[in-house]
Amino acid sequence: MTPKRAEHIALGLMVSGAFLALAILLFIIAVIMIKGLPHVTLRFLLDNPMDMGRAGGIFSTIVSTIYLLVVSLIIAIPLGVGTAIYLTEYTVEGKVTKIIRFGTECLAGVPSIILGLFGFILFVVKMGFSWCVLSGGISLAIMILPVIIRTSEEAIKAVPQSYRDVNEVLGGSKWQGVIRLVLPNAAPGILTGIILSVGRGIGETAVVIFTLGTSLRTPFSIFDSGRSMAVHFYILAQEGISMKNAYATAAVLVFSILIINIFSYYMMHRFVKGRT
Amino acid sequence: MPEPLIKARNVSLEADGKPILKDISLDIFRNEIFGIMGPAGGGKTSFLRLVNHTFRGSNVKIEGRLHVLGEDVLSDEVNPTPLRRKVSMVFATPVVLPMSIFENLVYGLRIQGIRDKSRLREAAERGLKAAILWDEVRDRLDKPAQKLSGGQQQRLCIARAMALSPDVLLLDEPTSGLDPISTFRIEEALKELKKRHTIVLVSNNTKQIARVSDRCAFFLMGELIETGKTSQMFTVPREKKTDDYIAGRFG
Ligand SMILES: Nc1ncnc2c1ncn2[C@@H]1O[C@H](COP(=O)(O)OP(=O)(O)OP(=O)(O)O)[C@@H](O)[C@H]1O
Ligand SMILES: [Mg+2]
Repeated sequence: MTPKRAEHIALGLMVSGAFLALAILLFIIAVIMIKGLPHVTLRFLLDNPMDMGRAGGIFSTIVSTIYLLVVSLIIAIPLGVGTAIYLTEYTVEGKVTKIIRFGTECLAGVPSIILGLFGFILFVVKMGFSWCVLSGGISLAIMILPVIIRTSEEAIKAVPQSYRDVNEVLGGSKWQGVIRLVLPNAAPGILTGIILSVGRGIGETAVVIFTLGTSLRTPFSIFDSGRSMAVHFYILAQEGISMKNAYATAAVLVFSILIINIFSYYMMHRFVKGRT
Repeated sequence: MPEPLIKARNVSLEADGKPILKDISLDIFRNEIFGIMGPAGGGKTSFLRLVNHTFRGSNVKIEGRLHVLGEDVLSDEVNPTPLRRKVSMVFATPVVLPMSIFENLVYGLRIQGIRDKSRLREAAERGLKAAILWDEVRDRLDKPAQKLSGGQQQRLCIARAMALSPDVLLLDEPTSGLDPISTFRIEEALKELKKRHTIVLVSNNTKQIARVSDRCAFFLMGELIETGKTSQMFTVPREKKTDDYIAGRFG
């Protein structure tokens, strides 16, 4: 076989691989939308589930999902962005940063079912929060923390060093440079990471089942249990309660994730464009 | 002889086991333009960075005494932030911040917590006038600074430093990469500024040093070869190396 021919074959494989991936994505979206979308009505979105989800809508699960995401972001954003600032601005590359970075990589690699179990044992049982938005929020925050740290770090590193130098020679402290120059310029990148992690959190089931629980009631306090859309879909489908409502829930879920991804893609583009 | 504003005595600097400055002793007086010239890698920028306490590196070893505005800036007790407000530095490549011209100008004041509109405007105007940029940008202060031309950006950086009304202005090759007209404008601005400020001008353009400085120094490979009145250094230098450098025989 000539090198030329080998290249042609390899290229052919790569191209068909790329198209296959795209086709699978479109197929999944199409099936879910075709089966689910006809059942998605305004009433479906605004009614609470009835009879275990056999009838009614998914309102309480939408509230639970948003509530859960907000709580986990409130925990994960300051912690993640703070860690990223510490790693990039306040430490010289060395043993400590390597260990912290390795730790976050490992955290990213922990299977979500294990994280769920950990959250269950620590927050639900040991600390006595029971299944609730708080337990779920903390556990989900742990899951998305690595994503936020990583993307924030990249965004902060992309801010030109010269801005920090200007801040320094004009008599600014390091912290003033971070607040006034580094963070505002890293904001689009950080935001992209946050949106990405929202996308991951919205579809997460393993962590959420163990820590938020599966209650179909609308949670008010952070100590109330709830059921996220993803978990609702899982239970409806897995227990064969209502395939119709399962698909409708999935359609809403996929639609939200799609919107979030498109939005983050758009943000990323603006971010890249703003940098040049 | 008045007391010098910047007084270096036997200053040596070493980073990463590499000598950068060797036994530098010189005086810089109030209201003069002090030129520092010399070929690349001679330690000119490093010297400026010692003066405003921004030199960074690993395994830094510093010896000697360096007094700036009466303060020993090599001691561990020096508080760099107030020092840098009094001794402002402008980099060789202009760095404008991604904000409006006005916000660039008042950055140094904002970080001091100054919010008073009229004080900020006053400082911005003072800076722009000092850098002879006022007429060009006076009616577009709210426009992004990054849209300015290279020469304007460099003058904006000088203006930003001048908005703080520093005692000393450290300029690191402020006209490298600029056209003759922009260079001329900056040189004119400097001559005006020295009436109320002290300027340390680093340049590897010997003609510029000859044109604008009152006294100057010649740095070569970290050593101070010669320092004295510019008129004397450029006519009857004491050292042969100075003569060779000025005549363009090396560097
Ligand atoms: N932080 C540092 N750590 C280690 N070495 C450094 C550091 N800063 C400068 N040097 C070295 O010290 C020498 C002098 O550098 P410096 O930038 O002061 O020279 P310069 O006279 O300003 O040169 P140029 O005309 O090219 O700007 C160079 O060899 C440089 O590599
Ligand atoms: Mg230099």
